[in-house]
Amino acid sequence: MKAPFKYLLALLVALLTACSDQPWNSPYPATNAGKNILYSAFAERPKHLDPVQSYSSNEILLTAQIYEPPLQYHYLKRPYTLIPGTVTRMPVAQYLDKNGANLPSDVDTAKIAYTIYEISIKPGIRFQPHPAFARGELGKFLYHNLTAEDLVGVYKLSDFSRTDTRELTAEDYVYEIKRLAHPRLHSPILGLMSDYIVGLKEYSATLKAASEVQPGQQDNHAYLDLRDYPLEGAQIVDTYTYRIKIKGKYPQFMYWLAMPFFAPIPWEAERFYTQQGLAEKNITLDWYPVGTGPYMLTENDPNRVMILEKNPNFHGESYPSEGMPRDEQAGLLQDAGKPLPFIDQVIFSRDKESIPRWNKFLQGYYDASGIGSDSFDQAVQVTGQGEATVTEAMKAQGIRLETEVATSTYYMGFNMLDPVVGGLSKSSRKLRQAISIAVDYEEYVSIFANGRGIPAQGPIAPGISGHRDGRDGINPVVYDWLQERPQRKSIAVAKVLLAEAGYPNGMDAKTGAPLVLYFDVTSRGADDKSSLDWMRKQFQKLNIQLVVRSTDYNRFQDKIRKGNAQIFEWGWNADYPDPENFLILLSGAERKVDNDGQNASNYDNPEYNQLFEQMKNMEDSPERQQIIDRMVKILRNDAPWLWGYHPKDYGLYHAWYSNVKPNKLSNNNIKYYRIDGGVREQKQREWNEPVLWPAVVGLLVLFGSLVPAMVAYRRRERSMGTRDASKSVGVSEAGDA
Amino acid sequence: MLNYIIRRMLYAIPILIGVNLITFTLFFVVNTPDDMARMQLGIKRVTPEAIEKWKHERGYDKPLMLNDSEEGVGKFTHTIFFEKSAAMFAFDFGRADDGRDIAHEIKSRMLPSLAIALPVFLLGLIVYITFALVMAFFRATYVDFWGVVLCVALMSISSLFYIIGGQFLISKLWHLVPISGYSSGLDTGKFLVLPVIIGIISSTGASTRWYRTIFLEEMSKDYVRTARAKGLPESIVLFRHVLRNAMIPILTGAVVVIPLLFLGSLIAESFFGIPGLGSYTIDAISSQDFAVVRAMVFLGSLLYIVGLILTDISYTLVDPRIRLE
Repeated sequence: MKAPFKYLLALLVALLTACSDQPWNSPYPATNAGKNILYSAFAERPKHLDPVQSYSSNEILLTAQIYEPPLQYHYLKRPYTLIPGTVTRMPVAQYLDKNGANLPSDVDTAKIAYTIYEISIKPGIRFQPHPAFARGELGKFLYHNLTAEDLVGVYKLSDFSRTDTRELTAEDYVYEIKRLAHPRLHSPILGLMSDYIVGLKEYSATLKAASEVQPGQQDNHAYLDLRDYPLEGAQIVDTYTYRIKIKGKYPQFMYWLAMPFFAPIPWEAERFYTQQGLAEKNITLDWYPVGTGPYMLTENDPNRVMILEKNPNFHGESYPSEGMPRDEQAGLLQDAGKPLPFIDQVIFSRDKESIPRWNKFLQGYYDASGIGSDSFDQAVQVTGQGEATVTEAMKAQGIRLETEVATSTYYMGFNMLDPVVGGLSKSSRKLRQAISIAVDYEEYVSIFANGRGIPAQGPIAPGISGHRDGRDGINPVVYDWLQERPQRKSIAVAKVLLAEAGYPNGMDAKTGAPLVLYFDVTSRGADDKSSLDWMRKQFQKLNIQLVVRSTDYNRFQDKIRKGNAQIFEWGWNADYPDPENFLILLSGAERKVDNDGQNASNYDNPEYNQLFEQMKNMEDSPERQQIIDRMVKILRNDAPWLWGYHPKDYGLYHAWYSNVKPNKLSNNNIKYYRIDGGVREQKQREWNEPVLWPAVVGLLVLFGSLVPAMVAYRRRERSMGTRDASKSVGVSEAGDA
Repeated sequence: MLNYIIRRMLYAIPILIGVNLITFTLFFVVNTPDDMARMQLGIKRVTPEAIEKWKHERGYDKPLMLNDSEEGVGKFTHTIFFEKSAAMFAFDFGRADDGRDIAHEIKSRMLPSLAIALPVFLLGLIVYITFALVMAFFRATYVDFWGVVLCVALMSISSLFYIIGGQFLISKLWHLVPISGYSSGLDTGKFLVLPVIIGIISSTGASTRWYRTIFLEEMSKDYVRTARAKGLPESIVLFRHVLRNAMIPILTGAVVVIPLLFLGSLIAESFFGIPGLGSYTIDAISSQDFAVVRAMVFLGSLLYIVGLILTDISYTLVDPRIRLE
């Protein structure tokens, strides 16, 4: 046999052998077999991976595995508890008066002018390998002065052949805090943090001025070394310690320290990425993060796949040894004390459409899945006791369901500036209360959310301090406590309230005109028609005509900002587990109109505002709870929102996926997960045996149909030939004659 | 011919300006620069200062088409329309709103789009012409009748149904190929089989009927009767005479779409997870990324014009009577 044929044969055999081990419909390369990989999907490409800019959940899913802020949430404990991340111990707030003198911890909040958080990080933590740290023999950075020639053949970060690392220091944390004010970056929390971190607002102006006089600033290639510009509110104490100084008292600041906004960024990375020619190749800090966390991003193709791999320099961490009472029974403490992370690689594949995503999960190619409304009945059944569980088909595949009430709320808001439904007058309040009773959110959750939600009794979501369960927690304006559960008041009660509001039977008592209200929604497809019809029917119970004003999202937002909507739907996901994060949504200082804040209803009750100011700076305590109870009572009475519902998240997990405890606030959870790759591969093979007979039948039918066609063709050819021949004969005979 | 091509290229400039103007107007009727900023910066904690800063950095803080604060030509040049359009004619597409370089994205996404579009185009052409020739050959018989019925049935089904049905049968039930995904290595083939098959089947009805009509029209012409009268077998008549003479209408339909193959398919790429230009366009529309939308519309128009010029040139190749002057 000639050599080329030998190689060809060997290649064919190799290909066939490689294929034989893997199901034909596997979307992954055969080389992934046997590896400890977590497979997941993403629908929307992340916009930012720079921790100072990224705020969306799909971005934090990645950044939280790469960057390490000083604090983190305990994975298993509830209510959510902050624990040290890279710090040696939890920072303790130190209060100062306006002269800089120390104050005791129990001092009156009004006397506190500043709070100092002194944060000490663990020594020995190292950054992931990165070309920004690579140095040559003389100790000079190899890639900090790149020329156009150096960048020939460089298309992605891994094209730089040399990488190195260095130890994490306090300076890296301070550098990131300074970056919040960087003139070329857009940090969503700059406005908020400028109100708290001392000097940050002025720092922003200083950097802007410095940036404008820099050469090359027009095309964003000038490196602004923030180390040269001190910030009063963030200072280095020593190599491993830094100090944050904030104005007044702001206990929620600790929660911010668990978010990637406060993760460390090495100056070398920013210096490296600002070089000319790299941004043109999409090599930026926004796309190639540099962290100290358990994982590093090794492939970033947000159009197709994003891959996280174990950071070889990760400083190490152990699986928690304590959790909630049920965690042990659920097997969540089996890995207690073992080193993290368990998974070597995480592959996020982009699947924009839900149908392929769902089918790949059922085939075992994704390890977990959410549940869309299309697949809900296929996946979940509700038992006689009202408990949701997986269907028999899912059970047979070993799929399990994990649920958790999200720290979110979906509500229907009244614009308090509206002359009909707004204001704090007795009549408008009664009108809102009547509508609150009429709109049956139990029914809504059952019909439109497949039961995945809890009707809300107030703004604070379950699992957040300040939320009350049971009889104490019901909204007495809308519910009665009957048979150990809340019972929505009858529509008769709502009608009485409506009449008292000046609209007996839905008619204006003064003019006799029917009451018409306007519901502003974002443009919806045919699928949402039923929910809007349902909403009209709820108002119809009170003989109120509800007109739906559908518009695109931009116009909708514009209406809300300008206070032109009357009734609208909105939602909120908590940033941190503190009631302040929900109650701020109704604070007068946060009104959308005039203040451009988070209060979309423009609710402004002086008593509530005063209580909010008092509550927001308090630590959790019985006194704080009393104030919160008072605030919630005011809100329930004023009813600026229909409290709507708190959604429940449902997640499906394959049998080989363990250590999963849904946790809506902490995002750095992948390090705790465990995958049994052997079981997965066995199940994938079992579930994806190729079915060949349809292809064989199809080919037979195709070739079978060719036979009569060929026969017909030959017959036709022959007949035409005969006809032509006879015609020719006829012509010659005629000629002869 | 060179003069003709140059003239056509020059005609293209006002067309492209017009297309650009229409895209610009339509986009900014629906979205304001503030909307675009909010879309990029998110909903939570966005301050008016952040919006202004975002617009300033990207040049969206200027008037749309007429700058009253400027004098002379500056009234027109210091506007969003001029600044965003002028660079595009130099093929400088700039950056997407998320900061990514658009030209780089287009380059990297062109290949995946072509990987599907090219086989669908070439194999599809063979399949449609073959079926059309068979139907034309068996014209006025039950083969032709049922063929037309089948074509009408195929045309009546939405392309989305083919995609979902194909994924369900071939991938989910029979486990033959992956449901979706893409790989740039040796594995690419297994991801392309399904979209290519579905791409061909979904266009079979319309295309086969179109080609059948062309062939039937050709077959009714005198030269075909002459060929038959000479005693040529029907296969020779079909392939050597009818097919060759039907090339002009075939080329009209086929060559014009060749450049557009680069742009990919909007729906198929999304469903099959192909990271091509079709999916890029859809993403840009949903994220209100004007920079990408205008670049893709510009590129689409340009390629269409190129396609039309190529079609004209190809006429001269298949029909020596045609001269481009």
